[in-house]
Amino acid sequence: MPDKKPISSVNDFVVRFANVNGSGSASANEMFARAILRHGVPVSPRNIFPSNIQGLPTWYEVRVTEDGHLGARGGVDMMVAMNPQTWDKDVAGIEPGGYLFYDSTKPMPSTKFRDDITVIGVPLTAITNSTYTDPRQRQLFKNIIYLGALSALLDMDPKLIEQLIGEQYKGKEKLLSSNVHALHLGRDWALQNLKCPIGLRVKKSDKVGDRIFIEGNSAAALGAVYGGATVCAWYPITPSSSVAEAFTAHCKKYRHDPETGKAKYAIVQGEDELASIGIVIGASWNGARAFTATSGPGISLMTEFIGLSYFAEIPAVIMNIQRAGPSTGMPTRTQQCDIIACAYASHGDTKHVLLFPEDPAEAFEFAAAAFDLAERLQTTIFLMLDLDIGMNHRLCRPLKWDDAKQYDRGKVMTAEMLEEGRDFGRYLDVDGDGIPYRTYPGTHPTKGSYFTRGTSRDRYARYSEEGSVYADNMQRLMRKFETAQDLVPRPLQANAERPTKYGVIYFGSTSPAMDEAIGLLEARGHQLDRLRIRAFPFHSSVASFLAEHDFVYVVEQNRDSQLRQLIVNENGIDPVRLVPIVHYDGSPITARFIAKAIGDHQDHLKVTPLRKAVS
Amino acid sequence: MTYIAKPKFHHPSLKKNELGYTHRDYEGKISTLCAGCGHDSITASIIEACYELSIEPHRVAKISGIGCSSKTPDYFLGNSHGFNSVHGRMPSVLTGANLANRDLIYLGVSGDGDSASIGFGQFAHSIRRGVNMTYIVENNGVYGLTKGQFSATADRGSKSKKGVTNTDNAIDLVAIALQLGATFVARSFSGDKTQLVPLIAAAIRHKGASFIDVISPCIAFNNHAGSTKSFDYVREHNDAVNRLDVLVGRDPIAVDYAPGTVQMVEQHDGSKIALRKIDADYDPHDRLGAQTFLARHAAKGQIVTGLLYVDPDAEDLHEHLNTVETPLNSLEADTLCPGSAVLDKINASLR
Repeated sequence: MPDKKPISSVNDFVVRFANVNGSGSASANEMFARAILRHGVPVSPRNIFPSNIQGLPTWYEVRVTEDGHLGARGGVDMMVAMNPQTWDKDVAGIEPGGYLFYDSTKPMPSTKFRDDITVIGVPLTAITNSTYTDPRQRQLFKNIIYLGALSALLDMDPKLIEQLIGEQYKGKEKLLSSNVHALHLGRDWALQNLKCPIGLRVKKSDKVGDRIFIEGNSAAALGAVYGGATVCAWYPITPSSSVAEAFTAHCKKYRHDPETGKAKYAIVQGEDELASIGIVIGASWNGARAFTATSGPGISLMTEFIGLSYFAEIPAVIMNIQRAGPSTGMPTRTQQCDIIACAYASHGDTKHVLLFPEDPAEAFEFAAAAFDLAERLQTTIFLMLDLDIGMNHRLCRPLKWDDAKQYDRGKVMTAEMLEEGRDFGRYLDVDGDGIPYRTYPGTHPTKGSYFTRGTSRDRYARYSEEGSVYADNMQRLMRKFETAQDLVPRPLQANAERPTKYGVIYFGSTSPAMDEAIGLLEARGHQLDRLRIRAFPFHSSVASFLAEHDFVYVVEQNRDSQLRQLIVNENGIDPVRLVPIVHYDGSPITARFIAKAIGDHQDHLKVTPLRKAVS
Repeated sequence: MTYIAKPKFHHPSLKKNELGYTHRDYEGKISTLCAGCGHDSITASIIEACYELSIEPHRVAKISGIGCSSKTPDYFLGNSHGFNSVHGRMPSVLTGANLANRDLIYLGVSGDGDSASIGFGQFAHSIRRGVNMTYIVENNGVYGLTKGQFSATADRGSKSKKGVTNTDNAIDLVAIALQLGATFVARSFSGDKTQLVPLIAAAIRHKGASFIDVISPCIAFNNHAGSTKSFDYVREHNDAVNRLDVLVGRDPIAVDYAPGTVQMVEQHDGSKIALRKIDADYDPHDRLGAQTFLARHAAKGQIVTGLLYVDPDAEDLHEHLNTVETPLNSLEADTLCPGSAVLDKINASLR
């Protein structure tokens, strides 16, 4: 018996699978997460993977959370230790009272275990080898066998897993039945040889509702399909590649002419990020909706073109799936570290629109909206995802689309308008919003053509090096950026139950951890008003929020508190009142981290009476 | 002001082409390049070729990078949209533009710095992809706007105006274009309009990646003794393998060619190229032969010009991507958006 009482918890625990990359564990692990969802219990899974194809350690963590806390929790209640390379660290990471599940085929010395955990050995290799002869089968089915054993240990309904296997191998009877067989091999062994269930259990519930389970990158790609993107140019880079791959898959399904079979889209894998953004800008200049998906190093390469998009006023949509930088950084770890790089990308005076979706549902919405914004504002729109949202399945509200919606193609002067004698100045602000009209190439035989350039020009697009002409244009660009404030998604505010002098600002993938942290902080007696920023430029409500609170915590996943810097810079406020709460080790931020950091700061702010302090 | 508009007046009896446009309708602003610049002759040749082909001026998109050559699209086809983009990145911008609207004619204008140095990669990849375009490099072997540094096409051993000898090997863009699968490859000389104009016309009518390397001496920085891109040097070493006439539509074959001296090439759109052979053995359908021929002549210091390779049945990027005939930029929500019913099904599959 372990020294510590085993953890006992229903529908609220963390299971971590430690695997070897390339061993085929991913699909079994994902099936584990989906099976729990089918019990009506929310889960939040996360891949923790190396920049490697085969051989290095990889982990898959499933947070089972009846309360619906979808942020990472921290700590592991049950470790499924399938990787000898990381054994020691994996065993050490288990919470006291937790469980260790391992392959007991080969005996392990007792020094390799801990006294304060429950050790569960299943001879996975022995079971597999006695059933299968083909090495590849042995490897793959071993994963399903441990899934079966876990289902018994955690009291899961095997019917629900069988159903999932049935859906996955629909029409492939042989694979279907052999997977079900493997599942029961493991399950039966556990039932016969182990005490089932253990303290961690899955019980049927109804907390999933109509929510869907999707990766942010796939949702963003679907948003691009719904938003009317016809040209996609990209260069492979983790963690963004799956955006373009998902866009390709979605387009194959939904974007072929039923009669001719021809494609209503064009996807080009560029030779680098420079070419990718160049293709996007060329296509957008010519009136198509175009986008690229990349990550930090790609953004660095694209900055010259981003400056051109800003200055020559050409729409572009860039999906930046952020990863830990700088340089190559930690390519498979998450961060929100490109805020400054994107907000002010390029040499010269530039400012760009950033959108910060919190989950796949917003990634879908904002991706579609990005194309309207890009064409309305005639500039680059960044969709700022990160690895945590992009490459993990996340439970979120169903995706919605209004069929009455037409695309906002922005200010485009047509041949008819030109015929009517409308004054066309490519950089002429006709109504004070800073946005000029553009024409598509090929519109009219004698009217509306202009020469696009990254050099300075007058309101009629004629080259000019006059200082006043240059300044006039730069001021109009500022006016346009102010217009953007009211077009981008507004911040969402949620106030504490009681009036408070303290506020917190957060954005993007920090959302679920923040929501959970608020509960933890309230339990400690701290009241905080919340503002979730969803876009840059900042709406005026950000300034109001800052004015209404003495101290505002800015929670983000980078070292230099980049959003805070941006707020200080753009709102001209005293930086002392904005307290940075930063998490930047590459793991997703947790509620525990936020609650501790903010709670500690709050405790310091409270004056302790001297008598009490010395007693 | 820092641009010079050209007066629109013209002689009332100026000749008109099939569409009723005069030569002047294909002109642009007044060039701000140096007097005598080879690039201005190329500009004139482009204007001439477009006039002769009776192209609607606004159906051309002119795209360039950065440099002297890349400024020139402002000086021709004033009723066309132009895009003076980023240094070395014309090919990607053109590729994107082409994907958005396959119905326009794409004219990419670049220089040797733009295409052989900073943009060597983009040059190569746009050719590889078979983008339907006419890619013209105005090649003077030197950086003009920054005053006379060598470019990557400067021959080894050639001398700069300041007397420095180039020790780097030269990149021959024609050889690279051939190797990468361009389906129309030519070289010409800005000082030889009779050869250049029909080459540009034939390239515009070609479907697929057309590449023309035009040696275009820099009057300010690369026209001295010791340069291999000077007017004198190019004239002396020009080795034309053929000359051509482009015959479009119902044009009768007006010229009587001596038997055996002319090879007719019919392009995808029905237009014909009448190739008047100068080198009797040169076969412009033989990619490998062209590569060998070029290498052999380059070793002797000769500059081979003419239509060096053509594949009249070439495919382009749109065919590779199987895109719809309708330009992508004209598709709207009704054809692009799968709608809420499909989204409901997608949602259901994600539970």
